[in-house]
Amino acid sequence: LPGARSTVEGAVTMEKVTPYQDATTYNNFYEFGTDKDDPARYAHTLVTQPWTVEVDGLVRKPGKFGLEDLLKLSAQEERIYRLRCVEGWSMVIPWVGYSLSHLIDRVEPLGSAKYVEFVTLADPKTMPGVRSRVLDWPYVEGLRLDEARHPLTLLAFGMYGEVLPKQNGAPLRLVVPWKYGFKSGKSLVRIRFTEQEPRIAWNKAAANEYGFYSNVNPNVDHPRWSQATERRIGEDGLFTKRRKTLMFNGYEAQVGQLYAGMDLRKFF
Amino acid sequence: MAAAPARGRLFDRALKPAVFLLSLGPFAYLFWAAVANELGPNPAEALIRSLGEWALRFLCLTLAVTPARVMFNLPRLALLRRMLGLFTYFYALLHLLGYAAFDMGFDWGEIVRDIPKRPFILVGFTAFVLLTPLAATSFNRAIRMMGARRWQQLHRLVYAVAGLVILHFFWMRAGKNDFADVAVYGAILACLLGWRVWRRFAAPRTARRGVMSR
Repeated sequence: LPGARSTVEGAVTMEKVTPYQDATTYNNFYEFGTDKDDPARYAHTLVTQPWTVEVDGLVRKPGKFGLEDLLKLSAQEERIYRLRCVEGWSMVIPWVGYSLSHLIDRVEPLGSAKYVEFVTLADPKTMPGVRSRVLDWPYVEGLRLDEARHPLTLLAFGMYGEVLPKQNGAPLRLVVPWKYGFKSGKSLVRIRFTEQEPRIAWNKAAANEYGFYSNVNPNVDHPRWSQATERRIGEDGLFTKRRKTLMFNGYEAQVGQLYAGMDLRKFF
Repeated sequence: MAAAPARGRLFDRALKPAVFLLSLGPFAYLFWAAVANELGPNPAEALIRSLGEWALRFLCLTLAVTPARVMFNLPRLALLRRMLGLFTYFYALLHLLGYAAFDMGFDWGEIVRDIPKRPFILVGFTAFVLLTPLAATSFNRAIRMMGARRWQQLHRLVYAVAGLVILHFFWMRAGKNDFADVAVYGAILACLLGWRVWRRFAAPRTARRGVMSR
């Protein structure tokens, strides 16, 4: 899946890209199991064609979009983003996709729409993890509308120049680079515009550990570990010192203004 | 014991070295895997977690010695208890050192701040601290110096350690709501400790008459 290098500010980091092998075998995708290597082992059962995404809620033009239409909705761009997992590790991944704002503009949100909810596939037939009760399925994520409209918020269809591997959230997923990785829902089936803040899956599972915003923030620790540092997968060896985590994962210049005046300890 | 048949003695002599070598196996494998970069994409996490899991496994094995010895009437198993206990401490120490080195970069100030801040680290660290006097008094002279009764009382701390270790593991997994492994080890430890409670309070006196042990 080819993509022209993105011209969006901050969209192409010059850091060393994580090896493809690591980015496709070290995944959190609980629908296929909770171990890091489960998705690579079990995601082959996922059926990605045909695929439709329902876009509804507080919009003037709701609709069902087939994958083929979505692929053509805007020009595919390559974006090289840092990915920071809430667990304290990070990667650098070249995604292919376009700003979610293109799709948002197409459906014309109403003035009352304040949030966007992302619902991902929960198919017990093809996703063995859905049978366990680790999370309340389907996995739901959400963003404030202005976050969803930010040009860095990516609707991704590919990575490393090819179509998304199934374990990475085929056929389309969200990528929000300044938030912890779990905010970026995989295998999206529904995008809904709402007035109320969506109840997201991890917040439902452990409200004191995972907040709605979940912006990468080295100053607000997870209750069970520090978020001040991270380990870069595939690059940092056993004896490499952990690297410092950057505010908003290094995207502060681009997204900081979205949170002006907010107490980020309270809205973690 | 003087009249033990030759075959029994050979077994005794081979048993301890064999278990010793087997117990070093996980360490040898992890050492090799770390050097050969075979620990996967996140080697530090893989190493720390497997060291912790091996410490837990050895704790279960140590606590299984007495029930197995009594139930299967295998008095010689008692020879292994100290060694397995010390291996529990060995893997627990490596687990702690792994955390200190690979997670915290041996930043002692940071470690001292981290331990009380995070309940699951505090609980794990407490379990390690409680294991230390047990390891330190594991040699025969310590038993003589302390007196068997006091020594035994001290070593009952291992029951508290078992509880703390499961809590540590439970909290570690709690954020992911993933309790399958915790349940397995919790059930094993519950059986091993429950057997002792049952034997002490509920078992008929006859069961205790023949075998001179707790």
